[in-house]
Amino acid sequence: MDRIPILKMGPFLLVTIQVDLYDRLALNLENDLISMVSKTGARGVLIDISAVNIVDSFMGRILGNIASMSRIMDAETVVVGMQPAVAITLVELGLTLQGVHTALNVEKGMDLLYDRTDLLTTQEDEDNGEDPDDYND
Amino acid sequence: MTKDTMQIVREQDVVPFRNRVRELSTKIGMSLVNQTKLITAASELVRNMLKYANGGKTTLEIVSKNGQNGVRLTFVDEGPGIENISQAMLDGFSTGKSLGLGLPGAKRLVNEFDIKSVVGTGTTVTVTHWKNGR
Repeated sequence: MDRIPILKMGPFLLVTIQVDLYDRLALNLENDLISMVSKTGARGVLIDISAVNIVDSFMGRILGNIASMSRIMDAETVVVGMQPAVAITLVELGLTLQGVHTALNVEKGMDLLYDRTDLLTTQEDEDNGEDPDDYND
Repeated sequence: MTKDTMQIVREQDVVPFRNRVRELSTKIGMSLVNQTKLITAASELVRNMLKYANGGKTTLEIVSKNGQNGVRLTFVDEGPGIENISQAMLDGFSTGKSLGLGLPGAKRLVNEFDIKSVVGTGTTVTVTHWKNGR
């Protein structure tokens, strides 16, 4: 009990937080994610918080920790789906989520992970600004 | 008007408390952004209570001023108290291993913020957020 499921999707790990986190749950998630990154050699972690109504400084710290630990293990972390009210509140609270990449939604988050981990694109292609569909030509 | 008390003694009490704050804010028609600010501030303050004072008592009530409703929350603990309140209200100051955003952050999120502390006796924090957030 008290665990948030972590899904493996190709080179990435996906987490959808569907409940308001209390401390134990958040700490378990932090531990579970880091062991999963180690076990699977995942290159990226995507955390969907679209169903989360409250991000306080504790939860912010957990997100920051996950990003820092993942980075040490060569994985990038993207947090997606933040509600507007949560974003406004975070800024007034003074929490910057340093070191955490963010994207608007899961789709953009996946794109960002592919970009950052260089798994689909190469630097050269990016410089040319080519359409990703042309890579196989 | 409505006045509730809730004891906060373990971390599992935080989520039901936040839910009760949301119920009251919804009841007076507070907007989602203002609700989120108030609940986040409340979350910081109960967390402080748990961390520094092993919990305490909260009071939740709907209050009125100039024809406008608001939600007032009071956090009373019997912990060690805060020696230097102005230092505790500085961003980034923490005697625990936290980010030090709890008190100053909570203050920024609500309309009215009051803190009283007596070393060796405890701390009382009262916050009020009005329906229109002003």
